[in-house]
Amino acid sequence: MAAISRRQWLLAAVTMACSLSLLAAVLPPERFDTLLHYYHGGGIDISGPSLLLRKGLGQSASISANYYVDAISSASIDVITSATPYHERRVETDIGFDYLRDKVTMGVDVKRSEENDYDANTIGFNIARDMFGDLTTVSLGYRHSRDTVGKRDQPDFSEHVRRRNYALGLSQILSRNLVVNLNWETITDEGYLNNPYRSVRYVDSSSPIGYSYQPEVYPNTRDSNAVALRANYYLPYRAALHAEYRFYTDSWGIRANNYEIGYTQPTRDRWTFDLTYRRYGQTQADFYSDLFPQIDAQNFLARDKELSTFTDHAIGVTASYELAAARWGPIDRGSVNFSYEYIRFDYGNFRDISQSGFLPGEEPLYGFSADVLQLYLSLWY
Amino acid sequence: MIRLAALSVALLLCGCGVEPWVKPYERANLADPIMSFDPNPVSSAYRRHVFEAREAARGAEGGEGGGCGCN
Amino acid sequence: MEQLRRGSVFARTCALIVSLAVCAASQAVEVSGAAPDFTLKSAGGENLKLAELRGQVVLVNFWASWCGPCRQEMPLLDQIYGQYKALGFTVLGVNVDEDVAQANMLLKKVQVSFPVVYDSANKVSELYRVSGMPTTVIIDRDGNMRYRHEGYLPGYEDTYQQQVRTLLMQRTSAR
Repeated sequence: MAAISRRQWLLAAVTMACSLSLLAAVLPPERFDTLLHYYHGGGIDISGPSLLLRKGLGQSASISANYYVDAISSASIDVITSATPYHERRVETDIGFDYLRDKVTMGVDVKRSEENDYDANTIGFNIARDMFGDLTTVSLGYRHSRDTVGKRDQPDFSEHVRRRNYALGLSQILSRNLVVNLNWETITDEGYLNNPYRSVRYVDSSSPIGYSYQPEVYPNTRDSNAVALRANYYLPYRAALHAEYRFYTDSWGIRANNYEIGYTQPTRDRWTFDLTYRRYGQTQADFYSDLFPQIDAQNFLARDKELSTFTDHAIGVTASYELAAARWGPIDRGSVNFSYEYIRFDYGNFRDISQSGFLPGEEPLYGFSADVLQLYLSLWY
Repeated sequence: MIRLAALSVALLLCGCGVEPWVKPYERANLADPIMSFDPNPVSSAYRRHVFEAREAARGAEGGEGGGCGCN
Repeated sequence: MEQLRRGSVFARTCALIVSLAVCAASQAVEVSGAAPDFTLKSAGGENLKLAELRGQVVLVNFWASWCGPCRQEMPLLDQIYGQYKALGFTVLGVNVDEDVAQANMLLKKVQVSFPVVYDSANKVSELYRVSGMPTTVIIDRDGNMRYRHEGYLPGYEDTYQQQVRTLLMQRTSAR
């Protein structure tokens, strides 16, 4: 049940490809990045590498390959209240190909993510064109995913999700020091959209704790729309201000918005510092409740904190050091970067049922904070 | 539909002739890496994933454009 | 209803793109007219006047330190310069950086032997209506503009060579 017909999208992409001009844009630069990431928060530890290699093929094409791993140790609120802690590993690989012809850049990429109970396969296409004296860039993107949902300890459990993303982007240079970007993305999901391990709770006087569990039940479709506006502004003493605002709604009744501000300050001696602040807030899904009044209270039932009403704030700092170049043969440039981000989640209607001594529905609201660290090396050649 | 046609014609006539108000030789600041929307794709992809895995909102991430406008 | 609205928005976007498709710009053209004269300070320190180069074929190349394709092109222009300078040919690099220090930093890394002048006030760029980076204008022995290129893609240097050779074979009309 796609929102936009495949033909309309094909028409858009072909139209852009056929737009003639004899001037060209530039492909992304060749590079090699090695990242180590670490997340610690809410009882979960996730760490792993992410490697990216981008190589030009002749002068009109470029390929990229990314390898990413999440090694997960989880004793999160969801896990400790209804299961035992677990260890897991997720591997994601992504291969992309970009082609530049005249003023049009076209790209295709294939992504595969695997863990022991979830496989996701995605193919994406995008096309971008510079126009109006190269002050404007228009881009279109389409992604199609097919996920297979499995269940640990139940090898014959297999469900599917089909997802389609349609994105439209417009980038506009407004002055010598200001560039803005507007993005619109609509996503439709269809299939088995809930988590096979997760349950909701309902008031049950026959239970010693006052409530019982039943498996969550989600609709089998989800349509969402997001619009985001971004701006970068150059400050005369060589620094940059970044701002972003995104608004989101979907057919599950969730409304969210987030904004982010950032400041980049390079120094004369090869260091660059970035500071960011991000705030996110959302309202709950229609069928969400922390505690339902009875069993089978509604057609659809969810108690996933991700669908509750909550806000999160994040403050981040990044330090980058530009390595001395022209000493390592083919390497043009390199940088070492370290980033730390502190995120605080506060839930408005999801309760911490690991806390004992409370009546059902009166447990304290859940909240947690997380530390996110990244250490990476980037080389341009 | 008529409005669309009028808009298209208007753009056709003046769109091609739009004088860029930022000349190609005035784009030094825009070409600076600190003005890029995504200078570190590996890092930003990871950060996006951290938020997307914990928030309901998805989409409209990323940005492109600006830059040196060469070629 | 929602789907219908989204579908028509995309249809409208496609139509818009089609209408913009007719905007074309050429990257290599034959031009005519006297090359506007200018005097700019050179990297060597002295002033350089375009009119003083009359009698030679001049390849004027507008470049900037922050322009990737410009950096790619310059060593190749240097090669052409070395090959044909004895026959009455010169390359004139016109740097458009507002901060001359940036240009000099690049010149240390990408060393060229052809003369480079600084157009930091961008007056000459305006005079020549530079509308893309890099821009190359090839001027004949009589001081007339003959070819103009915008942008640089590998392979353009072969076209430059051919055009320079053509102009070198034409005698100056002044006696």
